[in-house]
Amino acid sequence: MPVKKITTPLTDATVKDLKAGDSVLITGIIYTGRDSAHKRLVETLQKGEKLPVDLKGQIIYYVGPAPAKPGYPIGPAGPTTSERMDPYTPTLLAYGMKGMIGKGNRSTEVIEALKKYTGVYFAAVGGAAALIAKRIKKCETVAYEDLGPEAIMKLEVFDFPVVVVNDCYGNDLYEEGMKKYRQI
Amino acid sequence: MAKEIPYQKVVDTVAKLCIDANCLIGDDIINAFKNGLKIEESPTGKEILNQLIENAEIAKREMIPACQDTGFAVVFLELGSGVKITGGELFDAINAGVAKGYKEGYLRKSIVADPLRRKNTGDNTPAVIHTEIVPGDNLKITVAPKGGGSENMSEVKMLTPAAGAEGIKNFVVDRVLRSKANPCPPIIVGVGIGGTFEKVCYLAKKALLREIGSVHPDPFYAEMEKDLLERINKTGIGPQGFGGRVTALAVFIETYPCHIASMPCAVNINCHAARHKTAIL
Repeated sequence: MPVKKITTPLTDATVKDLKAGDSVLITGIIYTGRDSAHKRLVETLQKGEKLPVDLKGQIIYYVGPAPAKPGYPIGPAGPTTSERMDPYTPTLLAYGMKGMIGKGNRSTEVIEALKKYTGVYFAAVGGAAALIAKRIKKCETVAYEDLGPEAIMKLEVFDFPVVVVNDCYGNDLYEEGMKKYRQI
Repeated sequence: MAKEIPYQKVVDTVAKLCIDANCLIGDDIINAFKNGLKIEESPTGKEILNQLIENAEIAKREMIPACQDTGFAVVFLELGSGVKITGGELFDAINAGVAKGYKEGYLRKSIVADPLRRKNTGDNTPAVIHTEIVPGDNLKITVAPKGGGSENMSEVKMLTPAAGAEGIKNFVVDRVLRSKANPCPPIIVGVGIGGTFEKVCYLAKKALLREIGSVHPDPFYAEMEKDLLERINKTGIGPQGFGGRVTALAVFIETYPCHIASMPCAVNINCHAARHKTAIL
């Protein structure tokens, strides 16, 4: 299967080249964020204030890693369910965030926002956390440290394996993949 | 004369079970991944199964959790009526063991003290403890860490007797269909049938402890498990929901007598990391 290699931050041209079903390897900086961090990011934007990290062109990875063993940059770090971030996502895409990594279906609003603002939603393999952590070279908390495992971290990743689920053309791998193999 | 088991022995056993359950994926699951490779038609689906096999190997070799969601510590106890815990209370020992295991094993602490105010307890306690008093003088402890993503896809329904076996099957398959990619397929489906509203959920959870490949002792339910698995694997959801054949690795049913007016059914979905380890003291 052909694999596309991309680097962050993402440009519109890179996003437009990605299609639902593509296997992709990401290299560069990505940021972590989940429920509480999203709430704060969106509240900050709504107040017209500056974000603690500039998310323009960036990818947010929905993850709450396990603690790192001594000698490891990070603990096991697989994706968490994305739909919990759906209410906040269109605001972040409108701001200029380009991509997200998680698992599971997104809302119609998110899929529409990906088309409108040229964004992409990737899935990483849920439960393959030990394997995924091997592709994370460095990890540093950069905002909301008080949130503990929900703080925003900056990750340096190398050939981080994901699959495109929702592209900027409105395609959805979950819908299409299931239709292709459905027998009932 | 009661058999005495020291408090600290229970603590240390539970701590080890928490770590082993999270880091050592069972051979039955790894075999199920390998068997899945033979029937999976989707190239992406095959790639996912291979990644899961490799992931389990890394976790075992380095003793790190296979999944970052190291779960709610669900503990099943079979407490022999002839057992006495010395030096402390049994439930305190279980919780102390969970705290120790999650700290020493670098497992994630995922429990908040209150469902609405949501402050993390910091040590993954309290455990959810299910106790059955049984004859004899052994204490059997099973630790089954349960992830949040698949737990959120679980459901109970108070069906009535007229719904019959077909009503049960439709509910189970529909629950899997609506879960799509969220519970990290390939999944294991625990089904409780019978009992009361609260009992049926316990049955569905307990069903998840069975070994993949084991056959239900009652041929009627063995057939139902087989039929449900076939139907679920025709949904096309596939590994990780990307489309494919291997949506579930197993369906396990547990039953209990029920009221003449009732036929409760509960579906407890487990991700592919169906973790559980047992010790007998």
